[in-house]
Amino acid sequence: MIPTIEATGLTKRFGKTVALDGLDLVAEPGQVLAVLGPNGAGKTTFVRMVATLLRPDAGELRVAGHDVRREPRAVRRVIGLAGQHAAVEPAMTGRENLELVARLYGQERRAAKANTTRALAQLGLNEAAARLVRTYSGGMRRKLDLAASLVGTPRLLLLDEPTTGLDPRSRIELWDAIAALVAAGTDVLLTTQYLDEADHLAGQIVIIDHGRAVAAGTPSELKGRAGRNVIEVHTRDKADLARVAAALAGLDHGQAQVEEATRRVSVAVEAGTDRLRDALRSLDTAGVAVEDVSLRRPTLDEVFLALTGQALTQAPDDAAGHPAA
Amino acid sequence: MATVAAPVQPSATLATSTLGIAKRGLLKYLRTPQLVVLGTIQGALFLLIFRYVFGGAIGAGGLDYVDFLVPGFITTGILFSGMGAAAGIAEDLQQGLVDRLRSLPIPRSAVLAGRALADTAVLVWGLLVTAAIGFAVGFRLHGSVQDALVAFGLLVVFGFAFEWLFLTLGLFAGTPQAAQGLALLVFPLTFVSSAYVPVETMPSWMQGVAEHQPITVMVDAVRVLTQGPAAEALLGHSAGFYMVRSLAWSAAILAVFVPLAVARYRRG
Repeated sequence: MIPTIEATGLTKRFGKTVALDGLDLVAEPGQVLAVLGPNGAGKTTFVRMVATLLRPDAGELRVAGHDVRREPRAVRRVIGLAGQHAAVEPAMTGRENLELVARLYGQERRAAKANTTRALAQLGLNEAAARLVRTYSGGMRRKLDLAASLVGTPRLLLLDEPTTGLDPRSRIELWDAIAALVAAGTDVLLTTQYLDEADHLAGQIVIIDHGRAVAAGTPSELKGRAGRNVIEVHTRDKADLARVAAALAGLDHGQAQVEEATRRVSVAVEAGTDRLRDALRSLDTAGVAVEDVSLRRPTLDEVFLALTGQALTQAPDDAAGHPAA
Repeated sequence: MATVAAPVQPSATLATSTLGIAKRGLLKYLRTPQLVVLGTIQGALFLLIFRYVFGGAIGAGGLDYVDFLVPGFITTGILFSGMGAAAGIAEDLQQGLVDRLRSLPIPRSAVLAGRALADTAVLVWGLLVTAAIGFAVGFRLHGSVQDALVAFGLLVVFGFAFEWLFLTLGLFAGTPQAAQGLALLVFPLTFVSSAYVPVETMPSWMQGVAEHQPITVMVDAVRVLTQGPAAEALLGHSAGFYMVRSLAWSAAILAVFVPLAVARYRRG
């Protein structure tokens, strides 16, 4: 089976900056692949190469079997791109925008209209379809941008940080829309710096850092890669945080992470249930009132930290479980 | 698995994609009243100032100053409108619209050709408005209507060529602000020309530039074609002389800036 995307030793330099440094990556058909990494890791450079907007300096990149350097037009026929910006025309209506893109995909007028209607419905934009895009909210523009990448019924959808800068509610709406597309059989390459986004949408995750793949696997494989469990304690009173941290510090690795805003203390442990018992005992001894105690697998955030020794930056406010590293 | 079946998508032809992109450019202009209204008011104001404030102090030989000025004014309007074109393509680049278009299976030249077409249509509108204002403040034809239409046709060709210069500037600038800044550098061309004052009033070293540069040639073509023998006597050459030169300049500008713009666009 020909992979949807196959990158081998992909390299790109911009002056002295190395954006991609021998990236290897394979995306199989029928899956959502998330490329996860901090700002400047090379995510956007990679998507732009898959979209034939940038040429690799070295290495090979095939999209649905087509070499991006030798057969860019064949690649363009199978992809739909939704970038970091909402690349739609504010002075046109939602419907006009989509019909234009459909016509540019070479569709006849009638097919363009039909695909536009379908894409508008898929993203819940029916009511706004006749309004000028300049009256849309940021979230609606992103949705329309996503719809524009769909009117060509692409085999592979490229989403470059689709929810960056959106409010939490719009993010969740966009996630739902993407999940629905995936359920309908579109392959997706998604870049994100949000772990919960990759966790939520992707079947496969490649973590990249400094232009190189540092880990790949399913979300649960990657979480398993860190090889530990996490005990998390939610205190009732902020004042108790320090005492809880002290009580948990005696366990295994002893590095308790305190997150004041959410009144949470977490600590990584090797042997899950045994340590949970120990933890409860020491909390009891310390006599602190506890809201909730849980034993969980590490978040991707913690995995990223373990793999790269560096925390992801600029995570959204509502993202769960960011250790105060 | 059938996921790697041959692509079923056809590609849009050059004509379809160029027209689609041009339509978008036109709609953007027509639905942004600030652009239409402000542009028109600006043009009218400057024309009135030159006509009534500076006009009295400028001698134009055998022509009324208004008849001398309006051809210059209509021609330099091409550069005003070009500033908007440079900023427009830079904005498309910045907002990711060009990325989207470049990721589509359309001929690479369609995006630029579509923009140039839309910008030229906007320019034609500007030419008509300026001409109308010109007539309102006293400009008159002293040649045939046919000649005037030829002048108009030459202006459109010339304007189309200059659109490519401004598209190139916009593509290299990258941001609308930088594009405006770069486009402003072209403005001295309008003053060091015969557009507002006779070239003979300039110092001789400047006359050499002013007399042969494209704006002067185009302005004088319009003058001779709209003012007839009086303009020919003033400028010293026939209509054919200026027509050939203005077309040559248009061709030269296209020959330089189309490849430049396309090369810059392809590089991404």
